[in-house]
Amino acid sequence: MRHKSAVSEPGAILELREVTKQFPTHRAVNRISLRVARGEFFSLLGPSGCGKTTTLRLVAGFEDPTSGEILLNGASIRHLKPYQRNVSTVFQNYALFPHLTVRENVEFGLRRRGENECARRVAEVLELVELAGKEARRPSEISGGERQRVALARSLVLAPDVLLLDEPLAALDPNLRKQVRAELKQIQRSVGITFLFVTHDQEEALAMSDRLAVMHAGELEQAGTPEDVYLRPRTRFVASFLGALNWIGEVGVRPEATRIARSEMEAGERARRATVTRSTFLGNCFHIEAQLENGQTVVAEVSRLAGPFATEESVLVWWRDEDELRFP
Amino acid sequence: MRRLRWWFLAPSRTVMLLLFLAPLAIILAYSFESRGAYGGISLPWNIESYLRFGDPLYLAILWRSVWIAAVSTLGCLLLGFPLALYISRAGTRKNLFLSLVILPFWTSFLIRTYAWMFLLRDTGLVNTLLEKFGLIHNPLPLLYNDGAVVLGLVYSYLPFMVLPIYAALERLDVSLLEAAADLGARPWAALRHVTIPLCAPGIWAGAILVFIPCLGAYLTPDLLGGGKSVMVGNLIQNQFTTSRDWPFGSAISLALMAIVMLMLWASAKRSGENLL
Amino acid sequence: MRQRGLVLSIYALGTYAFLHLPLLILAAFSFNQSRFTVWEGFSLRWYQAALHDAQLLEASWNSLIIALVATLFSTVIGTLCAYGLWKRTSRWLAGSLYLSLVTPEIVTGISLLAFYEWIFRYLRVQLGMHTVILAHISFSIAFVVIVVMARLGTMDGHLEEAALDLGANEWQAFRYVTLPLILSAVIAAALLAFTVSFDDYVITSLVAGVDSETLPMVIYAIARRGVNPVLNAISALIVFGFGSLILISERLRAR
Repeated sequence: MRHKSAVSEPGAILELREVTKQFPTHRAVNRISLRVARGEFFSLLGPSGCGKTTTLRLVAGFEDPTSGEILLNGASIRHLKPYQRNVSTVFQNYALFPHLTVRENVEFGLRRRGENECARRVAEVLELVELAGKEARRPSEISGGERQRVALARSLVLAPDVLLLDEPLAALDPNLRKQVRAELKQIQRSVGITFLFVTHDQEEALAMSDRLAVMHAGELEQAGTPEDVYLRPRTRFVASFLGALNWIGEVGVRPEATRIARSEMEAGERARRATVTRSTFLGNCFHIEAQLENGQTVVAEVSRLAGPFATEESVLVWWRDEDELRFP
Repeated sequence: MRRLRWWFLAPSRTVMLLLFLAPLAIILAYSFESRGAYGGISLPWNIESYLRFGDPLYLAILWRSVWIAAVSTLGCLLLGFPLALYISRAGTRKNLFLSLVILPFWTSFLIRTYAWMFLLRDTGLVNTLLEKFGLIHNPLPLLYNDGAVVLGLVYSYLPFMVLPIYAALERLDVSLLEAAADLGARPWAALRHVTIPLCAPGIWAGAILVFIPCLGAYLTPDLLGGGKSVMVGNLIQNQFTTSRDWPFGSAISLALMAIVMLMLWASAKRSGENLL
Repeated sequence: MRQRGLVLSIYALGTYAFLHLPLLILAAFSFNQSRFTVWEGFSLRWYQAALHDAQLLEASWNSLIIALVATLFSTVIGTLCAYGLWKRTSRWLAGSLYLSLVTPEIVTGISLLAFYEWIFRYLRVQLGMHTVILAHISFSIAFVVIVVMARLGTMDGHLEEAALDLGANEWQAFRYVTLPLILSAVIAAALLAFTVSFDDYVITSLVAGVDSETLPMVIYAIARRGVNPVLNAISALIVFGFGSLILISERLRAR
């Protein structure tokens, strides 16, 4: 398609090098570097305003980076217009063309490229997203979930090198979201296209991604596999953003790794005396809140079988060595 | 993206520059020159035209224009505020009622003014009816006076008052009125102490939008005021036609523009936003 | 409360009567047999007289030509302008459009007259249809920009990005996405520009030449002499024509 340079990292389809975006009022993205491998489901995760959407828009070409380099297939795309880049975006509000039918929306990109086999490819992709039969409807005549799939089909039909998804599940209602999550992952597997997925929902990112990157205040905090980032967070922000965390002295322990014992015999080496302040039954487990002697409160998720604990009961809070999270 | 935008703006830039800004620049230049022997323009540069504003005759015309514009604005407010209030409470028929205010505004200005000539003249409908019912024996002099001019201006520019006030009333939080009622405010008190203060920006915008065209009115005083009711607009027209004193006409035009811009600037400062 | 509502309703009704009755009465009397303000029976004689008046017909023709040409240009120029300003505003352009809207007509007229006269010192041309058309284009652009801008303001900015993203260049994004979505507003703007241009008297009378007398100029000349039943008939026709155009325009704008 476009000339390829020899400096390409094997396997990396998209690479950001020291990319910075300075807006008049603030710096949205600060020297971000990351590599996305071919065929990977890669998520950018972070709270709102962390710069993840700006990063996506830089890759799509809607914003120009202040400095840094963006490479697609090893070639710089920094100076290319959005329509010259072989990436495609699924917008948060889908941005379907309201004056065009579902079919015309999906055909839009193919027509701009002057492709001949429009009809067949449109039919295929509509089959893939299970929208066959709704070709003649307008965006206003279909449901939210269907709109999301039209947006997906409209981009997929162009076979982009990277598909950019800007919180595509945020506009759906919570019940539908989990189902669509699985469908999206399934579609990604079957078409084998690289997905760059932006979300603020850590559960979504953990469940769907092959790898993910956590962003905070315009900086990339950590990138890795979901297990890696969840179990071995490199910063306090990453640790607390990805899940609940107890602070016991200077170390962090996740609630599911925090254990409670009645006697020293049951407890391990790392144990602290505590008093139970609240016990909540959640069906499959108990949520136990306990106060340490130094005044800190910890939360533990305890198996239902480990039995209820009474408030005011004196217990030992303990954890295993390998569950300890330490930060510089 | 930038290049396309440049091409898209080029025609309008050219037109505005050549057919709006350049003409204004020309009359700015003319206003500092003198009237030539045959009604043309001659150098040297001077400020004589501006000094002539001091003439009591012209001061009187300016004052009269301001006064007529002010009375017309007040008239529009007295008719427009209740109408806007009524429309804002009309529920589903709001859009229809609003269209009924806008519709006459877009029908020919000239003909709307002429319609009042038809009604107000000595043998017009009003006098005919009054005579028929025996209320008068000689026709009342309704046309060709300041009253007729004010009437024509109020009639012409009423929509300018209604629209911004209506917009302000629409933005008004209904729960505020409920809160006022809840706190024991009777309807009149709620209107005085809650509704009117909160839609003051709309009232101001309406007043400015009415006052400005009234001040520069030409056709209304010309047709409804006859020769008697001269306003600034007629004075300007006169300098460019009968009197052929272009420098003075230009100077008055610029003074009028200055007043208009000053008012817009003041209102923009007040509301902190532009009207466009 | 109810009583106050009643007072307000009556007041509003009165104001509506004030707004609409003058034109309705004028239109009604255009069908009057008599030339005086006394009803003597239904007649179309004033309409017949109007339709057989050569001067009126020629002026109407001039007005139509001027308004059509000016509308065509101002709609195209104004739409492109609104789109450009929507992308990124230009202070002086938006400012001068705004200023052109609030400048008293008489000032616009005399400044154009002065400008044309100045140009004519160097070019061998005269006042005529062309000067009127140019003047009309210049003052109606702002109306078009306002109407089209209002529609653009309600449009989702991501739609254009989506078009670019799917491989459309800037022109194609405008042509295939934005323009179809604002088309009804553009037509509404054109109808508005047409009525504004067709109706103008003040500016036109100052920059018109001997061959370019327009309908408003003839109407003004007749009105200046006093009330005339033929003029009532013309008024009724214009009010009806304009009313229809504006109603269509409102419909399109609301779409």
